[in-house]
Amino acid sequence: MIHFLVSVKQVPDTTNIRIDPETGSMIRKGVPAILNPYDAHAVASAAEWKKKLGGKLTVITMGPPAAEEALQECIEMGADRAVLISDRAFAGSDTLATSYVLAEAIRKIDQEDHIDLVFFGKQAIDGDTAQVGPGAAIRLGLPLVTYAVEIKEVNQEEGYAVIVRKTESGKEIIKTILPAALTAEKAIAEIPYAALPDLIASLNFKPEVWSATEPVAYDVDQIGLGGSPTMVAKSGSPEAREPAETINVQEHGVSATVETVLGKMLSNTTVAALLEDLK
Amino acid sequence: MTRRFWVFIEQDHGEMHPVAAELLGVANCLVSEVADELKANDEEAVVEGILVGHDVDNVAKEALMYGAERIYQVDDPAFEHYLNRPYAEALTHLVKKYKPEVFLIGATTLGRDLAGAVATSLKTGLTADCTKLEMGPFRKIEKKLLLATRPAFGGNVIATIVCKDRTPQMATVRPRVFETPVRNPKAKGEVVKEDFKVTPVMMAANLVEFIKDKSTSLNLEYADVIVSGGKGLGNSKGFELIKELADELGGVVGSSRAAVDGGWIDYAHQVGQTGKHVRPKLYVACGISGAIQHKVGMQDSDYILAINTDPLAPIFEVASLGVVGDLYEVIPEMIQQLRAQKGASA
Repeated sequence: MIHFLVSVKQVPDTTNIRIDPETGSMIRKGVPAILNPYDAHAVASAAEWKKKLGGKLTVITMGPPAAEEALQECIEMGADRAVLISDRAFAGSDTLATSYVLAEAIRKIDQEDHIDLVFFGKQAIDGDTAQVGPGAAIRLGLPLVTYAVEIKEVNQEEGYAVIVRKTESGKEIIKTILPAALTAEKAIAEIPYAALPDLIASLNFKPEVWSATEPVAYDVDQIGLGGSPTMVAKSGSPEAREPAETINVQEHGVSATVETVLGKMLSNTTVAALLEDLK
Repeated sequence: MTRRFWVFIEQDHGEMHPVAAELLGVANCLVSEVADELKANDEEAVVEGILVGHDVDNVAKEALMYGAERIYQVDDPAFEHYLNRPYAEALTHLVKKYKPEVFLIGATTLGRDLAGAVATSLKTGLTADCTKLEMGPFRKIEKKLLLATRPAFGGNVIATIVCKDRTPQMATVRPRVFETPVRNPKAKGEVVKEDFKVTPVMMAANLVEFIKDKSTSLNLEYADVIVSGGKGLGNSKGFELIKELADELGGVVGSSRAAVDGGWIDYAHQVGQTGKHVRPKLYVACGISGAIQHKVGMQDSDYILAINTDPLAPIFEVASLGVVGDLYEVIPEMIQQLRAQKGASA
């Protein structure tokens, strides 16, 4: 039976973040936590293939207890097993430490129940680093296909998959030996409507919770703040700039506004030279 | 001791990616920032390029012209097309051999794929998508560290990251975040050919076919003029008007994330933190409110004209000039007046 595993993350919905106009700092309160969108599409793709081939879908996440909600969403999409890796000892983990935690968990699951294909989202929308997937894959020694937009074929019997990835200049069709890992673009699958049995399953859902010691005994020197080579030296909100001069169409009329605008633009030497070249 | 500042020289079938030149420029700046330490400790520092590919001698020469003192080149038919594993292993091998202090990689599709794997193999710290890099003091650490500044949380927070006790200190940087240094055709330097054996296990994932995009001529990042549309367009049809103005100005079409999320235009056109970082000579923002995530991607443009109905739209904070009005009135008038001007001078 084929076994897919998707590693997901719960993130603050960055499109809904507001900035306190007085302090200039981020207001975390009231920002909804969501399943990272790229991960949701990865789960949808894995669920699709599970349905097609008959098999098993496991999801894992590292995060606080509340990250259980993200896993619940995965169950609604058709995941069979969900593991929440949660321990205070993991707090402050950077991408290197995170890739260690996830890779060891995947290794553990794989020992009990062989995994054929590991999915990650392309990146998480809070950090946008896109580092954890490639990091975990190399720790596991898995061939990696990043920016996957389509899975054309999964052939467990012959031990290969054909995956399409998006690059800057086009699309690459990659044939990889299984087991393998991929990082998913949203295009990899549409988010489905939950099927009734999956919805029911999610109602009674409780994830397995793994700590830093059980069932994987993590090396404390490789997790949390201590296991993270990078640290935030300082942080703040982006510099505010003075608003530009504006011309209002309602006051001046369209024709006069545009005339003024073009005049002002042409008084800038860079723009003037650009427009001169066009003639 | 020699302090090595490394730049990954990205290339595609024998053509150097412009981001490599930009990073060589930055690496030279970083070296100048530790000049005081070099003098005090009687040390030297070098900027070196790491080149992996097949038949890439010309790329090595090109990289020397943009400020590398030395190129370490791995040349093998197995590297003709980019693949994560063999490239990552080759870089890891070279880092272990030469022990650079800093290693910069372009935050392109290829570079982001590669950097995460290399940093993990080396168990070192990596900061993604930096918008500012400098060598500076950190706490009581004796030697200056790479201070890597980047936006996070969709651009709502700007954080400076350090990698305190491991090397190399790695960072990726988006194309166009830094300027291209002057090309010096007379530059001299050394090219060191490195041996690296690609084993079958590294080739577990293999390229079957490459399908080139139709829209690659877009080249948003290096365009001189970009006209971008956002939510204010109201629908996908609005991009026809954007295209018309872009054509009139000799530019290309960009967009905000909202327009891409709305399915009005392809992701290839997206400007912003999760799209392309651009610095054209002229950027025209039409119906874009100016979410931080968009602003971080375009605020380095030389001249920014913003058109928006909302006088309080944050886009006006980064604009050189703003028009408060309906883009569907302003743009057609603009096209008309531009045409009239051209006609008059012809």
